[in-house]
Amino acid sequence: MSEMIVVFAVWVAHGALALAMIFAMARMMRGPRAQDRVLGLDTLYVNSMLQLLVFGIRTGSTFYFEAALIIGVLGFVATAALAKFLMRGEVIE
Amino acid sequence: MSMPHAANLPLWAAILVAAFLVIGAGLTLIGSFGFWRLRSFYDRVHAPTLGTSWGTGGIVFASMIYFTVLELRPVVHEILIGIFVTVTMPVTLMLLARAAIYRDRAEQNPDVPVMEPARARLEEASTGSETGSRLQNGI
Repeated sequence: MSEMIVVFAVWVAHGALALAMIFAMARMMRGPRAQDRVLGLDTLYVNSMLQLLVFGIRTGSTFYFEAALIIGVLGFVATAALAKFLMRGEVIE
Repeated sequence: MSMPHAANLPLWAAILVAAFLVIGAGLTLIGSFGFWRLRSFYDRVHAPTLGTSWGTGGIVFASMIYFTVLELRPVVHEILIGIFVTVTMPVTLMLLARAAIYRDRAEQNPDVPVMEPARARLEEASTGSETGSRLQNGI
């Protein structure tokens, strides 16, 4: 019984997060401007990080947690650097 | 798809995990849908925060409850992701929104308010006109 509930919830979460990734990817491809694409990339990062956490629950292993943490950190650094680039034209002045 | 390790999960924990998972993933989906749907960038910049606040929170809580109950010991390292995402997302979005408004002003886009130079406001204030004194009082 409890296995069925968790399996169902994991399926729903996988589907919802996959759809969210598709929306973020669509906005990233459509633009219309560079800041939309950067924000789309950031949303895609966060959604894939959550997807990895759900994978961790599904397989019952804690290894996915480390991958999710690294994706979170890299996503923040990448978006901050890209925002700086959009504002100033270079990242390190 | 089957999860044999979830079979010996008590029912209350399974319901709690399922509820947090569905809430978190659903909020993330709503946020991403808004990000795809809203019209201007300044509207869109708000939408993904749904996924980074309670979207992340829900899934992190689900993971914490699941592994804590399953391994019979407190497993709380997922809270790191929650804290990190909650702290960094406002920084990211502020940087991005400032870059966007800087770019819009640089190309004199009529949709964003023009920046009043601080010097002009100070000079207006020092002449003692009504608007100047209003600005000086910070109204």
